[in-house]
Amino acid sequence: MSVEKKKVEGWNEPSAKERLALLNRTETIAMVGVSAKKSRPSNFVATYLLSSSANFEIFFVNPVEDEILGKPCYKSLSDLPVVPDMVDVFRKSEDLPEVAIEAVEIGASSLWIQLGLWSVEAAEIALAGELELVMDRCIKIEHARFHGGLHLAGFDTGVIDSRRSKK
Amino acid sequence: MNDREWGFKTRAIHAGGGPDTATGARNVPVYQTTSFVFEDTRDAADIFALQKFGSIYTRISNPTVNAFEERMASLEGGIGSVATSSGMSAEFLTAAALASSGDSFVTSSAIYGGTHTMFDVSLGKFGIEARFVEGDDPDSFDAVIDKSTKFLYTEIVGNPSGSIADISVLASVAHSHDIPLVIDATFATPYLCRPIDFGADIVLHSATKFIGGHGNSIGGVVTESGRFNWGNGRFPEMTEPVATYNGLKYWENFGEYAFCTKLRSEQLRDLGASLAPMNAFLLIQGLETLPFRMDGHVANAKTVASFLENHSEVSWVNYAGLESSPHHELANKYMPKGPGAIFTFGVKGGRESGAKFIDSLQLISHLANVGDVRSLVIHPASTTHQQLSDEDLASGGVSADMVRLSVGLEDSDDILWDLDQALEKASS
Ligand SMILES: Cc1ncc(COP(=O)(O)O)c(C=O)c1O
Repeated sequence: MSVEKKKVEGWNEPSAKERLALLNRTETIAMVGVSAKKSRPSNFVATYLLSSSANFEIFFVNPVEDEILGKPCYKSLSDLPVVPDMVDVFRKSEDLPEVAIEAVEIGASSLWIQLGLWSVEAAEIALAGELELVMDRCIKIEHARFHGGLHLAGFDTGVIDSRRSKK
Repeated sequence: MNDREWGFKTRAIHAGGGPDTATGARNVPVYQTTSFVFEDTRDAADIFALQKFGSIYTRISNPTVNAFEERMASLEGGIGSVATSSGMSAEFLTAAALASSGDSFVTSSAIYGGTHTMFDVSLGKFGIEARFVEGDDPDSFDAVIDKSTKFLYTEIVGNPSGSIADISVLASVAHSHDIPLVIDATFATPYLCRPIDFGADIVLHSATKFIGGHGNSIGGVVTESGRFNWGNGRFPEMTEPVATYNGLKYWENFGEYAFCTKLRSEQLRDLGASLAPMNAFLLIQGLETLPFRMDGHVANAKTVASFLENHSEVSWVNYAGLESSPHHELANKYMPKGPGAIFTFGVKGGRESGAKFIDSLQLISHLANVGDVRSLVIHPASTTHQQLSDEDLASGGVSADMVRLSVGLEDSDDILWDLDQALEKASS
């Protein structure tokens, strides 16, 4: 589950505040490599992002499936009907640079590489293309950290704020 | 939201307790309800399948209880917590999550008598073998670990032996066998010692004691570090598909969140030992003053222990805060602010004088609890430990003249007065 976090020149892992700001700015997400199998982590994350807990427009990129969770799958990032704000990747480490190149080419604003994945090469491509970058983080967990989900499961969110939340 | 590392006192008051999202209530409300209405059928299905976070039923999760859980996780430096109906159930759920019939675990024998009995008898009936080790010598733990062993267990301060566990060495022993170290930190509270900082993987408490602190609620809590590699091959329940949740795998789906997720959605769901919302509320009130109370408890305990050590009617005092204690060095390492406020001493004259001493106390309450604002006293050999054989009693560090004192927050002069007058009566 744990990855070796090799140093990426000119980049530090975004802080909690920066991750929250990124999620708040993001409206559309292209999920690359989501599995159609219900038990897979990627399918879990997709279900969460499509649920009433979150408020994103989600697109699936998967060349071998027609439909996942009732939504159509696109063959590649360039086939999407919109330019997504974020590309969220569930592919194995070797495939990450290729996805990073595509994400830069279509003009996405950020690349989110999921928990357990790390690629210096993909990171360098994304940074050269001026994309915001997150690696080795689960977007579901990060969203739930700031929007009450983790709290409802007894986890430490690290959030202390005495202002009333604007839901 | 920011990246400030908030201090312990701030977290004791605020962690997990933001203003209520529905009403703005500033204090954590008591959600005194069994169940929560779903948004629609899809919402219900998503929550039941663990695909979305949400409240279903108070046996599994409740917002008041969640506030207590997050606060404990924050104070312990863990990833998350699961609250339980008692300290005993915190232990039982943890054992049930880690071990099955045919498995074993290794535990110090110098632990709370109730825990000793549960490990030996109740878990034994389910085919889980507790291997008892005398004292806290890490080598003795190492010697009895084999393939069937799923965890190591001890108390940070043994009840009532007063021995201090060498947590970082025990953690190394556990990790060299790819198993977690579970610490009962009831007598320390996270204010005096955070075992996770020293390598422990799971910390549990009887929240009944100092955490609640006012002697009004039974409760327990389990906190996990989020650092243990549950995918190391020794814990198939963490890595194999779970039939009741559509074939998901805890470790693969939840990563560092896996243990707490399993503990809640299997052990708490199935065994039903949940903390009541009202009790969670009372425990939260306790946590808010924990740092101040523990400083007061420790200061009074030091005064009382020194007084007893110099008293002519006292034969011995076993408090790791005293320089004379064989546990003093380890106590300084793990609890530099002081090793709590629960300790034992011997009344001269043995069993009979001990009983007379207890019956003569006026301020200090004779009852079977510890960690209250009130000073408490008990004679273990005739109460908490009476179910143990003489042999188990001795290996648990209990003698017939032993009196256990839990020093409260009254004026120390008044506590000393009461002890002195009762000791005088006991000797006459
Ligand atoms: C060290 C320790 N652990 C666990 C327990 C059990 O906790 P509870 O009484 O809350 O079930 C006790 C109770 O005395 C205790 O002293």
